Amino acid sequence: MSARNPSLDGEWLDEAATHERLRRTWRDAPGLWGALTTLDHKRIGLRYIVTAFGFFALAGIAAFVMRLQLAHAENELVGPDLYNQLFTMHGSTMMFLFAVPIMQAAGIYLVPLMVGTRSLAFPRLLSFSYWIYLSGGLLLWVAFFLNIGPDAGWFAYVPLSGPQYAPGKRVDIWAQMITYTELSSIAVAVSTIATILKQRAPGMALNRVPLFVWAILVMSFMVLFAMPSVMITSTFLLMDRLVGTHFYNPAEGGDALLWQHLFWFFGHPEVYIIFIPALGMVSSIVATFARRPVFAYPLMVLSLLATGLFAFGLWVHHMFATGLPRLGNSFYTAASMVISIPTGIQIFGWIATLWLGRPRFTTPLLFVGGFIVVFVIGGLTGVMLASVPLDLQLHDTYFVVAHFHYVLIGGAVFPLLGAVYYWFPKLTGRLLDERLGKVNFWLLFIGFNVTFLPMHYLGLAGMPRRVYTYSAGLGWDGLNLLETGGAVLIALSMLLLAINIVRSLRSGAAAGANPWDADTLEWATPSPPPSFNFAHIPLVTGSHPLWESERLRVMRGLQLDKRELVLTSVLDAQPDLREPLVPPTIWPLLAALAVGGMFLASIFTPWAVIVGAVPIAITLTAWFWPKGKAEEEAEQ
Amino acid sequence: MHSALQALGVHAQHIDLVWRTMLWICGLMYLLVIAFLIDAIRRRRDSQSVAPRVELQSDSPQVRRMSIVLGGWIGLMTLGLFALALTSFLTDRALVHAAAEPQVSLKITAHQWWWQIEYTDPDPSRHVRTANEIHLPVGAQVHAELASDDVIHSFWVPNLHGKRDLIPGRPAEFRLQPLQPGRYRGQCAEFCGLQHAHMALEIVVESQQDYAAWYEQQLATPPAVSEARAARGQQVFFTSACNLCHAIAGTDAAANYGPDLSHVASRRMLAAGTLPNDSEHLRRWLENPQRVKPGNRMPVVSLGPDDLDALVAYLGTLR
Repeated sequence: MSARNPSLDGEWLDEAATHERLRRTWRDAPGLWGALTTLDHKRIGLRYIVTAFGFFALAGIAAFVMRLQLAHAENELVGPDLYNQLFTMHGSTMMFLFAVPIMQAAGIYLVPLMVGTRSLAFPRLLSFSYWIYLSGGLLLWVAFFLNIGPDAGWFAYVPLSGPQYAPGKRVDIWAQMITYTELSSIAVAVSTIATILKQRAPGMALNRVPLFVWAILVMSFMVLFAMPSVMITSTFLLMDRLVGTHFYNPAEGGDALLWQHLFWFFGHPEVYIIFIPALGMVSSIVATFARRPVFAYPLMVLSLLATGLFAFGLWVHHMFATGLPRLGNSFYTAASMVISIPTGIQIFGWIATLWLGRPRFTTPLLFVGGFIVVFVIGGLTGVMLASVPLDLQLHDTYFVVAHFHYVLIGGAVFPLLGAVYYWFPKLTGRLLDERLGKVNFWLLFIGFNVTFLPMHYLGLAGMPRRVYTYSAGLGWDGLNLLETGGAVLIALSMLLLAINIVRSLRSGAAAGANPWDADTLEWATPSPPPSFNFAHIPLVTGSHPLWESERLRVMRGLQLDKRELVLTSVLDAQPDLREPLVPPTIWPLLAALAVGGMFLASIFTPWAVIVGAVPIAITLTAWFWPKGKAEEEAEQ
Repeated sequence: MHSALQALGVHAQHIDLVWRTMLWICGLMYLLVIAFLIDAIRRRRDSQSVAPRVELQSDSPQVRRMSIVLGGWIGLMTLGLFALALTSFLTDRALVHAAAEPQVSLKITAHQWWWQIEYTDPDPSRHVRTANEIHLPVGAQVHAELASDDVIHSFWVPNLHGKRDLIPGRPAEFRLQPLQPGRYRGQCAEFCGLQHAHMALEIVVESQQDYAAWYEQQLATPPAVSEARAARGQQVFFTSACNLCHAIAGTDAAANYGPDLSHVASRRMLAAGTLPNDSEHLRRWLENPQRVKPGNRMPVVSLGPDDLDALVAYLGTLR
């Protein structure tokens, strides 16, 4: 890197002075005000990560209580009312408040670093999204602790969740939580897509984009198409409940199945929205620890794209038992089976990479191994569920519970924990303890399989899901007790992860910029990265910038005293524009409060939508007030 | 008996074939993946400590060979999936054509949280209404009309067939053909509220003679009560609001909100498979149904111990 840099007024600065200037330009206001107004994607990303793991813990505790209740037949630890709330909270929290946000958070934090830019695009929108997400999550859990937690399941089928069979405010709270979190999710997707398409470092043509970034891109597009569907679904429900519309009421010309179509049109892509970023994490980890590029990169990218596309064509396999036309069902069987081909190609790609490379078996790679062993079972049971006749037996039983935990824990949580061990040094500057990490992995791996493998059998033996208890004498007792034992192991492994994180934060080994000798750009900047990410925007000449040459080439020409980004062309990442970035501001938070307040009040009266529009309009006007003089100057 | 692994109906046997095919093909695929993974791990174990970065060039002979293997893998996956899709499609066709000729016609209506069963004989005088227990002659082709009275439920007797959702506003037809005598347990499979866990039913498959005898018994009006305690029980039934929801043939009780009790004593289980039907459990149920099955639609009716015993005695006569 060059030692001296021209500043705006023409003087030449050495490296230390350059950093000092950039730090001054990019820093947040001190203290609480800075925390509330920050637009730094790393601060907001970290906030998302911590919040999502908080919800993960809560939903995990809910699951653990359910496992205790099911430990033996006719147990009376929790009654049906609390049990129904528990599984609704568990599912809704895991899907809406943990899995999607944590994957998006990984993108928020890592994408700008991996593509070599100083900020996520539209940072005010990002800041807004976090506050909306937090309010949605708090709404749900505060309601639960006030004993008005939703109890209609995470897919809340009508008419059970409709005005007639779910009196009170429980379902309304659930429906509005959906609206909050999906609004925030769409906002993040927009920011992420813009960043990936327009802010890549010069030279990072699309065929050089890291697989993780590709995965986040595909996932973000899926969010754009899937989330509106569920927001409409939940809003129709709220209208049925609040203003007496009849979207789902068959007696008045509505249709209960409409809910299922709209919900699963979102709900199935949702699974891939969670799973695809995890595949990106796996690709990063495999390349780094196999010490070679991932095998068949173009095919891996195409597989991600194909998965994202096919994911929208198979929602009906959740509805085979509803008696839809048979020819149509066969189409969805075929589509559901076809989607396993791109995934099979990727699994092959990673194993081939390990086979061709020289793997180092660190904790992150161990989690990837666990991912393959566990997830492939989930994928294959998915193929089974795609068959209409077989699904008629397996649907809504513990077999399905086993299946989607193999897919979601195997396919998303294992890679995610691998990613935690892999990127923790980048986020904090300290390594996690390897020995504890390995114990953590084996406890989880064994605990997971002890908990969920027997569920396949229980489902075939006739145990339906979502039962708060079961009769003795059906032969389900022993395995259920075993599963509860497995859940204890899972809980211990999570405890160990928490201990490892706390210990490392206090006294972990210093990581340095690139502890794993990895190839992508996030490792080219110190750990943790400074507020401006890169002192110099890297110039990318290959797919593995940190492996291809000892010294990274950089570009010049951005001002040090103004927040500026380089915009590049979509395909080839040719430098295009210098783009000034908006300064930190409180308005996204205020706008989020206005929107959140409107959502909350709309649970009680439809007038809230009209009255609430006023504060929203005010905050948005202030947010988008024409740029000040300073910013216009920067643009010239 | 309650398991999809013992297929004793025509439909369940068709589905069982898909299950076995799936298990073999998917199992084989899984073994291949795991073998490849183990091979990849074992191959390089000795060199892990030094581990210099592998060359970035991608056209080494090893990489080219791996590409050919990948091509083979894609072909194998496609072939396997094609076989599975075909099996699935043909089975689906077979399910449509099985049991085409109705020999027994039923109407099954799901309620929160019990099943109403009606035998819809063309002759109205041979119409039978009962709850939570279906008797069928062995080998009979059964056509059932499924309907829901409130929320979505799902009818599932795993030994005989897969499930079918009962969706309000969407009547459905469902077919069964049991092949062996026995008692087959079924259970609601779609979450339907507080007592989803206690919404079971039983299908009793028996010989043609036993079935005919049972049918005649269900058609008969229960005999007038003679014994004093049972007579008092009948009085309790009519003065304690029981008759507002339940029907008993041959009496004035004709309400259709709760299960028909005309032959309640002939059924093996109480409260949709929740309790065995004997006087001890019946008493427990009547004493406080909300204790046994919290949230169910039967209110607690406070009865003194004597009234309770009398009511139990009366219901016990309804065979």
